[in-house]
Amino acid sequence: MSSFPLLTVTAVVPAVGAIATAAVPAARRTAAKWLALAFSLATLVLAGVIAARFTPGGARYQLSESHAWIADFGVRYELGVDGIAVVLIGLTALLVPFVMLAGWHDADVLEEHRPNRNWRPTQGFFALILLVEAMVVIAFESTDVFLFYIFFEAMLIPMYFLIGGFGDRAGAHSEDEQAKQRSYAAVKFLLYNLLGGLIMLAAVIGLYVVTAHQLGHGTFSLPQILQARAAGQLHMSTTAERWIFLGFFFAFAVKAPLWPLHTWLPNAMGEATAPVAVLITAVVDKVGTFAMLRYCLQLFPNASNWATPVILVLSLISIVYGALLAVGQRDIKRLVAYASISHFGFIILGIFAMTSQGQSGAALYMVNHGVSTAAWLLVAGFLISRRGSRLITDFGGVQKVAPLLAGTFLVGSLAILSLPGLGPFVSEFLVLVGTFTRYPVLGVIATFAIVLAALYVLVLYQRTMTGPVKAGIESMKDLRLRELVVAGPLIALLIFLGVYPKPVTNYINPAVKDTLSDVHKTDPAPQINAVAKETAK
Amino acid sequence: MDHLIGALVGAPLLGAGILLTGGRRLDRTGHWIGCLLSAASFVIGALLFADMLGKSGSARTMTSHLFSWVPVAGFQANVSFQLDQLSMTFVLLITGVGTLIHIYSVGYMEQDENRRRFFGYLNLFLAAMLLLVLADNYLLLYMGWEGVGLASYLLIGFWQHKPSAATAAKKAFIVNRVGDMGLSIAIMVMFATFGSFSFGPVFSHATSASQAKLTVIGLLLLLGACGKSAQVPLQSWLGDAMEGPTPVSALIHAATMVTAGVYLITRSSAIFNAAPAAQLAVTVVGAVTLLFGAIVGCAKDDIKKALAGSTMSQIGYMILAAGLGPIGYVFAIMHLITHGFFKAGLFLGAGSVMHGMNDEVDMRKFGGLRKFMPVTYVTFGLAYLAIIGFPGLSGYWSKDKIIEAAFAKGGTDGWILGGVALLGAGITAFYMTRVMLMTFFGEKRWVPDADGHEPHPHEAPRTMTIPMIILAFGSVFAGGLFSLNSSFLHWLEPVTGHTEGHSPVSTVLIQAATLVVLALGLGLAWVQYGRQAVPAVAPRGSLLTRAARRDLLQDDFNHVALVKPGEYLTRGLVYLDHSVVDGVVNGTAASVGGLSGRMRRLQNGYVRSYAVSMLGGTAVLVAATLLMRGV
Repeated sequence: MSSFPLLTVTAVVPAVGAIATAAVPAARRTAAKWLALAFSLATLVLAGVIAARFTPGGARYQLSESHAWIADFGVRYELGVDGIAVVLIGLTALLVPFVMLAGWHDADVLEEHRPNRNWRPTQGFFALILLVEAMVVIAFESTDVFLFYIFFEAMLIPMYFLIGGFGDRAGAHSEDEQAKQRSYAAVKFLLYNLLGGLIMLAAVIGLYVVTAHQLGHGTFSLPQILQARAAGQLHMSTTAERWIFLGFFFAFAVKAPLWPLHTWLPNAMGEATAPVAVLITAVVDKVGTFAMLRYCLQLFPNASNWATPVILVLSLISIVYGALLAVGQRDIKRLVAYASISHFGFIILGIFAMTSQGQSGAALYMVNHGVSTAAWLLVAGFLISRRGSRLITDFGGVQKVAPLLAGTFLVGSLAILSLPGLGPFVSEFLVLVGTFTRYPVLGVIATFAIVLAALYVLVLYQRTMTGPVKAGIESMKDLRLRELVVAGPLIALLIFLGVYPKPVTNYINPAVKDTLSDVHKTDPAPQINAVAKETAK
Repeated sequence: MDHLIGALVGAPLLGAGILLTGGRRLDRTGHWIGCLLSAASFVIGALLFADMLGKSGSARTMTSHLFSWVPVAGFQANVSFQLDQLSMTFVLLITGVGTLIHIYSVGYMEQDENRRRFFGYLNLFLAAMLLLVLADNYLLLYMGWEGVGLASYLLIGFWQHKPSAATAAKKAFIVNRVGDMGLSIAIMVMFATFGSFSFGPVFSHATSASQAKLTVIGLLLLLGACGKSAQVPLQSWLGDAMEGPTPVSALIHAATMVTAGVYLITRSSAIFNAAPAAQLAVTVVGAVTLLFGAIVGCAKDDIKKALAGSTMSQIGYMILAAGLGPIGYVFAIMHLITHGFFKAGLFLGAGSVMHGMNDEVDMRKFGGLRKFMPVTYVTFGLAYLAIIGFPGLSGYWSKDKIIEAAFAKGGTDGWILGGVALLGAGITAFYMTRVMLMTFFGEKRWVPDADGHEPHPHEAPRTMTIPMIILAFGSVFAGGLFSLNSSFLHWLEPVTGHTEGHSPVSTVLIQAATLVVLALGLGLAWVQYGRQAVPAVAPRGSLLTRAARRDLLQDDFNHVALVKPGEYLTRGLVYLDHSVVDGVVNGTAASVGGLSGRMRRLQNGYVRSYAVSMLGGTAVLVAATLLMRGV
């Protein structure tokens, strides 16, 4: 059994699902939806098997698979997961079924006009989601830099079609204008990320050149590079390390996104349907922050330390700037996008604070941000699709007519503002505390965001859900069963992660410990070690 | 017995869970489920209390470790409880008064179609407050702390179809969040200083930390306390919070929420005792708020807002006492308990008046109600006598001790704080007598409500009057009972410590002075509102009166200093983000990436744009490879 390629299979299942879904005949679109859902659930089961077979605290990369691929360039097909990858694969596999259920009817509007017999937008929509899932999973699993790069870039293609092809048709403008906006958002998404990717490609080549020069054979294998460095065979010159680091970091910072490279996100999330927006911010963007932890810190520890001050300042700007911009938004989905920018700032702050609490918090934050944004934005999507508008001013008094919708939206909102008892609080506090111990001033400034978050979240809730019932809201239906199946489990999960995050931190902590020793950092010791003194008694 | 501690929190939490997820089928029984689980928590509390009385010394502190909450290297937060005399006192107050308010709400909310949800929120409120006082570390305390904020948000905004209620709820939460920020930074400083934020390790090593660190922690905790306890400068949410149903006001003002700040400071005595500068700040905040609330209370015609001003002022007394250190902690908590009785009684009485008067709150439209609502009149009257410190009643014992302790601080500080506390007692007598006279005495000034219904004042149903009667007993006897043989002091002393203050003036003299200012305040109110008829429309009033009606311009100040600049900032940034950041990055991207032409050109088709950018990318790639050759 030990040779069973579990990681490959976990990525291949959704890919096969994508092909199968796309092949379903045009007339059988409901069957296509169920088929896609079945494949996503199968992937979730496999993600569970990965978590079960992984031993936290064991070898750094487990369940590894390694095959030569393009021998001439030292490219290998190498997979392996650490605890953080296990958790993020779990998050991806968990969210995709919810995204599908929430977007069950997102493609229906395209079914109305059939230009030809082979017109299959529903099949396309669900196949693209599965394709994204497959690529994200393999990006989390790769331990070969080139393999990672390929999928890091390739996932842009299905995402581009999802954004550009399936808008929510709830904009304020005419159908034509909306199509233009959608197309603009999709192209902007593509260009920003392609640019990041191309710069990264140059850096990837640079890495090859360095390894080829010093080891005699070029390699992209993360374990090999780490081993060579540990053995003293590989010394990157300071300049080379910094340039290559910057190339990697730039790509990840676009994807994450970090201020000032964030402006594609509000467009993309605003124009895409809510489930696709969740796919962008909760799943695809996580590859960016994940890659900072895995590639930037592990491959370029010295350059990471060198760049830390600038990155910390940028992430702090992201946190405060994103929150302030969210306060000023009139469009619900753009508000969510800016809130996400603020939260990505927290994740990056936690990574580069270089403390156990900061990095464990950041890794946990990725999970919590995924779940909480899914809960918040998917319910917001239900709201938007009912009214056919994303403008906050078009809503009011929803609580009166649709209490379940308002109630679930409130829980999602409270998660976003990091209420203790819900998942995001734990990770946000860890990031703050982990930042504070090394950089007190940054920690304090970042804490201001908890007030701003309360502001943008509760103002949105007040304007949409409370007050007198607005015209156009009177006959709004409450959540249907399918929608409750989406919101209910996500809320339960938020509570679970807020009260008992231990199962997740068990996976994360050993990986963070390894990364911190890569960058030669230890946690700042408390001035008075009260705990040690207590136990010594 | 120790494992029962978790059940204290668990019972109301279970209630909240059942009532909020149970749906419409629980509409007919939901309120009784809420009462039952609240009462269950009280019974468990009483059992633990009996058990605790049977023990002595340090054995009275019970602990219960449930599970590890956030385990990360170097950072251990547990879900574990600590029940000592201080927590026990709060548990009995929260569950006891809380249960009475639950029972009262059964009648008060009878007509509300969302009564089940209301009881769910009440249960949640109790659970959060109990978690706050039972936590054995600051992070878990913080969970209860914000939980209280959430419950108050839900309850203040309970009638959310009213825009004013929704706004008030949001305001309460956000102002509280400012305070919470203080508490969370305090926890970070503790972690950086002690490597822990559990009570045990932090308190036992507090004195080893530098004075500056302790002062910072103390001031941050004070900021937190200001938010929850509505102390200046974070007081502005309290008056608006009256938008909630009246039982909520009773709950917030008497048993939960505003008392949290006093608890936090008393609990952190080990830190404050070693940080005199922070202590001084605490007393200043207490003294300022004491006067602020009292002045506002004098000017309000809305009975609930007058009582809200009074709460601010009374909590000010407690914060002041807590800031005095070991000479004051015990009396801060004692006043907190007696205040819990009479303030709950006053709010429930006010609710009963509103119940009989078509939900009218303007005292200028009351008058002469004593004949129509005898039970309300008597219970409200006893609570009134207690709050003004009428000799022998509960408030007399606890407030007098605080005034004495303030003088006993010594030096100029002592004279100023003592003087303020004394003056506050006079103003309290004035505004409370005003409330009493305008509501229950004088001529009827009743007017029909908006729908033209004449008011027909009547006594409230039993479920409402019985809790009021029980609270009246507490208002009369609790203070005396606590002072008998200094029983309360001996009970709490092992936790908070106590030193006897040495007042520069004799105790008898202070007591006499207190009675004099009390009589003055009472007399002045009688001259103005008893001897003369109360005008139906408020006179224009002096500058101070007009300012006090507007809560001493707190909202105007916040609007000018915070809200407006904030709006400009966000609007400016929205513009900037769209035109500058986006523009610059787009421009740079277009040139750096070598992507020919503008975005618009590329919108024509995906394939073409991909091809063009690939081409550009290849160029970058070749260039990079050439550059790296030399490495």
